[in-house]
Amino acid sequence: MPEIVYPQESGEPVVVDLQDPYWAAFLAWVWPGAGHLYQRRFAKGLLFMICILSTYFFGLGIGQGRVVYASFKPGDLRWQFVCQLGVGAPALPAIIQSMKTKKGGDPYWVLCERFPADYPNSSLAFHKITPENNNDYTGETIKDGFMAPPGGMNKPRARSRVQTDTLGRWHFEGKHYFEMGTLFTVIAGLLNLLAVYDAFCGPAIITPAQREMLESKKKKKNKKKSK
Amino acid sequence: MNVFSIADLEHVLLASIPQIWYALPLIVVVSLVYGATRHENLREIFAHSLRNAIWCVGFMAIIFFLIWIVGFWN
Repeated sequence: MPEIVYPQESGEPVVVDLQDPYWAAFLAWVWPGAGHLYQRRFAKGLLFMICILSTYFFGLGIGQGRVVYASFKPGDLRWQFVCQLGVGAPALPAIIQSMKTKKGGDPYWVLCERFPADYPNSSLAFHKITPENNNDYTGETIKDGFMAPPGGMNKPRARSRVQTDTLGRWHFEGKHYFEMGTLFTVIAGLLNLLAVYDAFCGPAIITPAQREMLESKKKKKNKKKSK
Repeated sequence: MNVFSIADLEHVLLASIPQIWYALPLIVVVSLVYGATRHENLREIFAHSLRNAIWCVGFMAIIFFLIWIVGFWN
């Protein structure tokens, strides 16, 4: 059980008990704040949990559940997912959806259906099927799934024949919310990496000795400048 | 009301908020989390976060001012 003691200029030193730091770091990654709760650092655990999860779920909400998805295909390299994965378990359904749809299967938790790329009325290809535009179409459709990669992107014909595709429609329909949701979820994932570091190594508190060293360096610099 | 129409309703409500206000929760959250990685005591975390948030807003204001000035060359 590594215990870190931070001496203070005034008052009692700050003592942080990291318990098992590897287990704490893993828990902190799986669920933001969980690692700190395991270390009995309740206030910080709750702070991390509220801040990181509210940012993540707000982003996911304004992105209509589509901004977190795992796709590493040519033409749709979702590098943002690497950052989003930092938030742990809340991003894992994207991997399940990616595996489910990899070989052309339908995703779990379907949000809406779209006309396929080869729909006879090409101006409606990739558009949402609504009661207004659907004339009893019964063929194969593209399904938008919660945290699933955009469907219908694996057909080369789809990307060459028409100007748009499912991802393009997501951007168009979501307006700036798609980008904003991506930004919020990416930031949440990156912030959780800071929380994981804090659970593993403890806080980066500046000790009086370090402060003295920094101040003496500053003084030396100022002296050189004045000469 | 299905999932899709709830999401649409959310978009309608959010559309009335100017985009600049989306920076506010991000500044608050980033400042708090960063402050929390530098201190253990809650009071110190909040004090550090406040300083950090002011620094962020100041930095954004400088960038805004520079872009505003550059805009006069159009």
